[in-house]
Amino acid sequence: MATTTLTRPALRLKGSGAGSSARRKRTPLSRVLATAVVSVLAVTWLVPFAWATVTALKSETEAASTPISWLPASGFTLDAFTKVLASGNIPTWTLNSLFTSAAITLITLVISASVAYAISRIDFRGKGILMGVIIASIIIPPPVLIIPLFQQMQSLNLIDTYWALILPQVIHSPMVFVLKKFFDQIPRELEEAALMDGAGRLRIFTTIVLPLSRPILAAVAIFVFIGAWNNFLWPFIATNESSLLTLPVGLQTIKSAYGIQYAQNMASALLAALPLIVVFLFFQRQIIKGVATTGLAGT
Amino acid sequence: MAGAQSRRNNIHGWAFSAPFLAFFLMFLVWPMLSGAYMSLTGTSLTGANTGFVGLDNYTEAFADSDMWRSLGNTLYFTLISTVPLVVIALALAALVNMGLPAQWLWRLSFFSPFLLASTVVSLFFAWMYNPELGLFNDVLAKMGLPPVAWLNDPGVAMWAVVIATVWWTIGFNFLLYLAALQNIPQQHYEAASLDGAGGWRQFFSISLPQLGPTTVMIVILQILASLKIFDQIYQMTQGGPGGATRPIVQYIFEAGFTGYRLGYSAAISYIFFGLILLIALVQVFFTRKRSA
Repeated sequence: MATTTLTRPALRLKGSGAGSSARRKRTPLSRVLATAVVSVLAVTWLVPFAWATVTALKSETEAASTPISWLPASGFTLDAFTKVLASGNIPTWTLNSLFTSAAITLITLVISASVAYAISRIDFRGKGILMGVIIASIIIPPPVLIIPLFQQMQSLNLIDTYWALILPQVIHSPMVFVLKKFFDQIPRELEEAALMDGAGRLRIFTTIVLPLSRPILAAVAIFVFIGAWNNFLWPFIATNESSLLTLPVGLQTIKSAYGIQYAQNMASALLAALPLIVVFLFFQRQIIKGVATTGLAGT
Repeated sequence: MAGAQSRRNNIHGWAFSAPFLAFFLMFLVWPMLSGAYMSLTGTSLTGANTGFVGLDNYTEAFADSDMWRSLGNTLYFTLISTVPLVVIALALAALVNMGLPAQWLWRLSFFSPFLLASTVVSLFFAWMYNPELGLFNDVLAKMGLPPVAWLNDPGVAMWAVVIATVWWTIGFNFLLYLAALQNIPQQHYEAASLDGAGGWRQFFSISLPQLGPTTVMIVILQILASLKIFDQIYQMTQGGPGGATRPIVQYIFEAGFTGYRLGYSAAISYIFFGLILLIALVQVFFTRKRSA
């Protein structure tokens, strides 16, 4: 039995679990069939990307002509991309998205990690209630808050500012729970030794706990960043000024402006999709692990 | 000494909690409370406020057929999206977990749409659903089938949204299932093989029961996510045709921002919240009963 375990190919999700998840033995036929079925499905899944790309590389006339074809008679052109980039605000919106998502992620990490640390490691009065309230708040759906949040931002004169985009998006109660569970596993002896040496809580938190928690911090960061980058409803309500729009909201305004310019529509959609796809290609493993960890630990 | 220690702990504990708590009170608790109060007033977006109106907004909402219709649309979407988003995700994960080569490729294919903004997904699908130039009707035509008015047929539009949503978000559930499958101890399968159990048998007798907790979690997360549907519907159909796809979140948005009635809109928000609470309680009740 030991030999079969050793010879099995290690195809499992890298870094997750122990050696327990090696592949089980299968007859080759069923594996071939499975590969065939999954291949067909995977290709189907990629069709929207492919079709959008082909459309974006056509001239507007070609994009709007029937019967539809994957290979335009007049050849491919970068016209749609050049037009979108020249006329549009896509670079500005990308920067807005980048800045606000990064700020949201950073603030979320700092405030969530420190409250999670307190609940996990410090024995203070009221922490049970605090944790209970944070967990209970998970049930509140964000759309329920949009109307009062809008009024609050309006009375603070923050509508159409970065503040309005960032501040209400930094509370991620499930992430506090995820971080707390991770901190719980860090051996207490490490902390006690440092306490003996006279280190303060803040020092322990920043020099011992946080460095040891890098994997979970990365997972939470990725999760929050993707969510913030793609959020639509709140940024849609909180901003009107074109120079302040995030990418998803800006794209929505472009869509109506372009009307039936199909190639330009697809070109702008692809340009908007590009940043996160590039990030994904670079950090694939961390992103997948992040989703699996925070998703599975989230409840 | 012990007293000083515990006092220090109290100070430290609340000091570390303070930043989160400040945001939590300001941007979650306060809006929850002010929204609840607002729902009892005639607050208007234009600043005209008819003051405290008691439960008038709620009585009006309960008699509002558009409110019920959009609530019904939301529940309908939740029902018909949750089933494929759980079942197909499980099937995909089980297939990919059969020891296929190039795992990264499958993960990339099924998960990458999840990284797109709703606007991008909506642009892609609105284009593919285009009646004359779209890929969907082209495929139907090649199969000798009549064209479908994907986003303009009241009976089809919601399904069109579901197809786009499944494509967009299935990668998340797929990854959760894949991770859970790969955490099942290998010995279970080895023992079953020795006992002569085949692949299907192993899947139904080992994998599926072991995935129970994951499935419960995915179903709960999915129902809560689907109930919040707004983005892709608003962007693909604006809630049309004729309100056939308008979800409750869009109705909240419209009552407040195009109808200028923030108070009324807040009341509908709270009715929606009540519904979510109810569903959550039912889920807690059933999962408790199962595990008891």
